[in-house]
Amino acid sequence: MSAVSVNKLTKLYHTKKERVKAVEEVSFEVSKGELFGIIGPDGAGKTSLFRMLTTLLLPDGGSATVDGSDIVKDVKAIRKKVGYMPGRFSLYQDLTVQENLDFFATIFNTTVIENYDLIKDIYVQIEPFKTRRAGKLSGGMKQKLALCCALIHRPVVLFLDEPTTGVDAVSRKEFWDMLKRLKDQAITILVSTPYMDEAALCDRVALMQTGRILSTGTPTSIISSFASNLFTVKAEKMYPLLCDLEAWDGARDSYSFGEFHHVILNAQYDVGQLRTYLDSKAHSNVEIHTTQPNIEDCFMQLMQN
Amino acid sequence: MEAENIITTEELTKRFAGFTAVDAISFNVKKGEIFGFLGANGAGKTTAMRMLCGLSKPTSGKATIAGADVYKQTEQIKKSIGYMSQKFSLYEDLTVKENIRFYGGIYGKTNAFIKEKTAFLLHQLNIENEADKLVASLPLGWKQKLAFSVAIFHEPQIVFLDEPTGGVDPVTRREFWNLIYQASERGITIFVTTHYMDEAEYCNRVSIMVDGKIEALDTPRGLKETYNATTMDDVFLQLARKATRADV
Repeated sequence: MSAVSVNKLTKLYHTKKERVKAVEEVSFEVSKGELFGIIGPDGAGKTSLFRMLTTLLLPDGGSATVDGSDIVKDVKAIRKKVGYMPGRFSLYQDLTVQENLDFFATIFNTTVIENYDLIKDIYVQIEPFKTRRAGKLSGGMKQKLALCCALIHRPVVLFLDEPTTGVDAVSRKEFWDMLKRLKDQAITILVSTPYMDEAALCDRVALMQTGRILSTGTPTSIISSFASNLFTVKAEKMYPLLCDLEAWDGARDSYSFGEFHHVILNAQYDVGQLRTYLDSKAHSNVEIHTTQPNIEDCFMQLMQN
Repeated sequence: MEAENIITTEELTKRFAGFTAVDAISFNVKKGEIFGFLGANGAGKTTAMRMLCGLSKPTSGKATIAGADVYKQTEQIKKSIGYMSQKFSLYEDLTVKENIRFYGGIYGKTNAFIKEKTAFLLHQLNIENEADKLVASLPLGWKQKLAFSVAIFHEPQIVFLDEPTGGVDPVTRREFWNLIYQASERGITIFVTTHYMDEAEYCNRVSIMVDGKIEALDTPRGLKETYNATTMDDVFLQLARKATRADV
């Protein structure tokens, strides 16, 4: 049995003028113990999807089960089994760290001591501030407390909605290290993120854009299905280089990517022609390399298809 | 000819009760430069930016923004800069056109200027058909591109961008950076913060703040050489890990 099974799940929002399909016939399976990433920008439908799966929002179509329980019929059963960390900090700001944790443990008929082993690694980092009110914690500390509270009843499936948004690179890395350790405790984790590079840290991912799933699979399988000859290009003047690449017939697509520009060549063109073209445009210090695409390259191609 | 310095700071410091948020930072930014201002959460970036925008008085040190002094000439500073952040940029319940009109008016631009520039801007962003739609109804990426264009509508000498591309899809993120390049080519200086390390590569020079101090400042290439790193991500991690100050 899958830990999470989603079948053509749909959510519509109605405004005065229009009907917005926030989630449109989304289907995927998550196996037990998997770290599954929903990768997509703002507006992809990640939060609506998570809120349906945690029974906080009713779907307008399709179905889904979490640990075998139906998200519409077995609401109470699911609420006991899942942990949910919303994107927006939602703990009690005027309770202390310790009070928040005790509160959530009590709600779930358990105690902090009973499940302390599960949160220990994370909790020790905020323990020095345990008498501080949650509202007075820094962003990183709030995030750690929220994770502890979502874990304190030992959930079967953990939903983390954009836990690393607005967080600096160091704290992001620390957070993913924590997730890896939780995975070792056999908790199934669904995590959403707008950072494409975090896809590589998941067992499997679904790439999502404007309510639809573009692709599902392991990061490696998604990358290997990217059938294009991709090159990285660099020259002295990067912006003029990009403009010239965009104007060239030989490039199916070109865009900046960190230190280099990425260029996807059209079928009948090769790297020699690329070099000749760039020389004809008088670019200096031109460097061209072949490269492996990454998830962001794949996402951009899928978006444009 | 060496380009002139449009931002200069010397030992710029901001102390709050018993806490030095910005600790004697000294750096210059050249006219037309794309300057990346990086640092971990809590390193002091926001406080530093608020001083440079004339919104917060420094405790000590010196700084000039387009020739204006951050202690005495804050009104002049506000006229010569533009500002955009991820959190707030446009009025959601005004239309695209109304937002542009509003900002143009705030900066004292004439009706003729606003009219002509609005037409150009709508065309450049390819949103002529959305001109009379509420900003709330636009996709995030469009909002951010519009917000940037509005921030430079009054032709400021410098524009401050505070995490302008957070949560934006990868295609739109690059379109956004193309707007930055175009503004830079027109001589507008760009001062930008970001959590995307690939975007640090798009800057001419990058500074990295740790515990209130500027720990490193160089071109992306120079930084990678100095820290023997292959990516800016790696440079950032090496430096930010040195932080001893708790993220408070």
